[in-house]
Amino acid sequence: MNSREVTTQISKAADFLNLKKWDYGASFSNDYSVQVDKGEAKQLKASQKQILTIRVWNESNLVGITTTSDISESGIKKALNQANIASDFGNKNERTEFSPLAKDPIEITDEKKRKPVGIKKLITLLRDAEVKLLESHESIKSVPYNGLSESFFERVYANSDGAFRSYTKSQAALYLYARAEEENKKPRSSGSVKLGYGVEDIDIESCIKDASNKTISHLNYSSIKTDKYLICFSPESFLTIINAFSSMFNARSILDGVSLSNKNSIGEKLSTEALNIYDDGLHEKNISSSPFDGEGTPTKRLCLINKGRLENFIHSESTARIFKTTPTGHAGLGSKVSVSPDWIVVEKSEDNPDLKTSLKHSNYEGEFVYIEELNAIHAGVRASQGSFSLPFDGWLYKNGKKISIESATVAGDIKYLLKNIVNIESSQEVTTSGISPHIWVDELSITGDA
Amino acid sequence: MLSSQIKSNEIVFGICNKDLLEEIIFYGIGLGADFVEIFIENTDNSSVLAEEDFITSVSPSFGRGAGIRIFKDKKDGFVSTNDLTKHGLMRSVSQAIEMLDITDNKKRKVFNGLDKHRDYCLSKKTWINEVPSIHEIGEKLLLSTKSLKKNNKIITRKGSYSRNLQEVIIASSDGTYASDIRLHQTVGLNVIASDAQYRSNGSRRFGSSGMPNEFRLWDHEKAANDVFESSMNMLYADYVDAGQMPVVLANKFGGVIFHEACGHLLETTQIERGTTPFENKLNEKIAHESVTAIDEGISEGSFGSLSVDDEGMEPEKSVLIKDGILKKFISDRAGELRTGHKRTGSGRRQNYSFAAASRMRNTYIAKGEHSKEDLINSISDGLYCKSMGGGSVGATGQFNFAVEEGYLIKNGKLTSPVKGATLIGEAKEVMPKISMCGSDLELAPGFCGSISGSVNVTVGQPHIKVDSITVGGR
Repeated sequence: MNSREVTTQISKAADFLNLKKWDYGASFSNDYSVQVDKGEAKQLKASQKQILTIRVWNESNLVGITTTSDISESGIKKALNQANIASDFGNKNERTEFSPLAKDPIEITDEKKRKPVGIKKLITLLRDAEVKLLESHESIKSVPYNGLSESFFERVYANSDGAFRSYTKSQAALYLYARAEEENKKPRSSGSVKLGYGVEDIDIESCIKDASNKTISHLNYSSIKTDKYLICFSPESFLTIINAFSSMFNARSILDGVSLSNKNSIGEKLSTEALNIYDDGLHEKNISSSPFDGEGTPTKRLCLINKGRLENFIHSESTARIFKTTPTGHAGLGSKVSVSPDWIVVEKSEDNPDLKTSLKHSNYEGEFVYIEELNAIHAGVRASQGSFSLPFDGWLYKNGKKISIESATVAGDIKYLLKNIVNIESSQEVTTSGISPHIWVDELSITGDA
Repeated sequence: MLSSQIKSNEIVFGICNKDLLEEIIFYGIGLGADFVEIFIENTDNSSVLAEEDFITSVSPSFGRGAGIRIFKDKKDGFVSTNDLTKHGLMRSVSQAIEMLDITDNKKRKVFNGLDKHRDYCLSKKTWINEVPSIHEIGEKLLLSTKSLKKNNKIITRKGSYSRNLQEVIIASSDGTYASDIRLHQTVGLNVIASDAQYRSNGSRRFGSSGMPNEFRLWDHEKAANDVFESSMNMLYADYVDAGQMPVVLANKFGGVIFHEACGHLLETTQIERGTTPFENKLNEKIAHESVTAIDEGISEGSFGSLSVDDEGMEPEKSVLIKDGILKKFISDRAGELRTGHKRTGSGRRQNYSFAAASRMRNTYIAKGEHSKEDLINSISDGLYCKSMGGGSVGATGQFNFAVEEGYLIKNGKLTSPVKGATLIGEAKEVMPKISMCGSDLELAPGFCGSISGSVNVTVGQPHIKVDSITVGGR
């Protein structure tokens, strides 16, 4: 069944079951991926997947939901029935409705779809990439984590009020994580990830080069003394921190009591005036962009922090209604509708007189710690408390030289971090999770074992 | 179409599918595969969330699908599909054959048909009717969140329940033919406490497998008291000072460190990748002589227990480390093929869309002879980690774990609570430093995410002492 047929099938089954109000979200995908091991194909995977989530409103206007991978006629009927039964337990204190924007016009183009290259081509490309990475330096002994994949999918939202949205898309990903070994030293590992709409859009050479350079740069390492340091966050690591604490901007988290913000926080000063943060799911560099969210609301650019002050929250239909505003296109379809950011864009505002612009990661000669990548986010972030303690990969720069840090964590508080930003470099970099310049923060605690 | 025709051309749960499965396997072998495995799954899940004094979410889900795996030499091709018809399954076999580029079908492996059906479902078919209803679950969850309402510092109270019922059929060209029903139930409690600028979290999760009545027997009052006490103890805690120090790790979920830092390195997938420092250390000392570690899938009711693994093998009890000596790796079919380590009944996957891999089940450090007090009394200046959060292990074996509830140890006594602690180290360096094991072994349920998805596991240990470890803090 295609998405129109699924919609018709649901509509017919709902009529049969006398269910007047429903909506659904669905995903239909074909995925292909390969892994290699020392020149040989190791595991080759293909999958055809379909996931359907149906919501039903009962006569008391309470919502029930069911998710299934069975989109046969009987599967759809069963899903509607189960959702109807679940609606008896619908949340009376926070009603859910269709998004008022679910039928607003949106522009969907076909230009981001690519044709599949096929498994054989994937293997050949990945095998070649592995060989080149192994040959790039004598200390690189293996590429234990590698993969090349392509995915083709359709996402759909429709409701009984006549809304119907659908888009198809392709996406490809390459990851290469190398392991370097030298005598009497610990093994070191690093890597690179590249995304594209199709395999042919991925800059494989650049992925090899990044993985090699990063891995080699960690070969000479040393432990670091526990102390407070001037820190330079790479674009990727700063975006990791912002995403980890995105509950600050999240209306759902505020209502649930797990955010550092509250309903009255709009306008609150969170950081230096030099900082602007946007959520921009439709950004041209966002490979994973979606034109609408789980409730059918169009995706849009939204300012979260403007000149250091909290400007907007991200919303679903129900949180927007409670906050007396409009949905922002950040909802995920569920029994309890979730809210999450799409694609964070960090930039320097025009008001930045107090920044220490001499701090540039490429040529600053004083002592500082460069944090390349933060790890174990799920374990080391207490979003509701605002604190973090995270292991990282990075270097200590001292006297114009850099040395990889063997094993260390950076700890602090997100509000302290934002208020102690001392420089925002001018040049932004695109990462897999957003766009940001390098960000400098003073006086953060680093724990090492020197 | 006649119903018998439908049945012969589509996998149907609860009946014998032998002829159809054999036909598909013959088809794969005929095309030149060395080995063909079919894993078919039918699921019926539900979850319930209570927040404060209301049920805010009820989420049922169901589904079905198949994972087809073909081996040729040491390579494997895996295809997953929601199409359980004969046509759909054969198309998946063809796709896997094509992916592996198998063109030579003259040197055919022999397939003698499936063995006698091993049906592990017999006593389990009534489980779905025995598990608590949504009404019953909701009522008990609301009692539990009500029990958390002990003072005005508790600002958020949550109780969550989930039930996963999975019916599987496993058939492969070595004759394996088995079916099973798995039932997992978990319930968790979370609170956030707040007072002026101070905030703390408290959380606990409980879980069981194959015990439909377990949720009814869950002592929600005791659980709520434990979570409340933990959040109150930590509310005004200071940040811990970073440094190297001896630590005592509590029993139950304290075992997560062994699971993450050492257990994963004993899975044959890590040997295949060349990412374990223990690859050539079989029968060598890798840990302190006080350490014996076990991985098994047979403890009745434990969250990681199985009647049969996802490759059709009954789970065994594997002594991984005996008195500090490495004795065994955790292995699956691919692991045996590629590393030579015999299968241990540990081939596991989240669902049909993942190929099975060597994964832990119930993994724990065996009990020693000391009391908890012996361990704490032996430390003049250190940290007691009463409750652990999550953690991770890097590609080179470095691990880090958050301490959710920690207390300083001064002169052999527990003193003030501290927050923000992270334990950092490497298994190879830390294992020899586990110098004392308590006698109070207990297990705790958890979810483990890795190459074949998220699987139910149990971690465990008695209280243990690590002589020195890096503690991250401020």
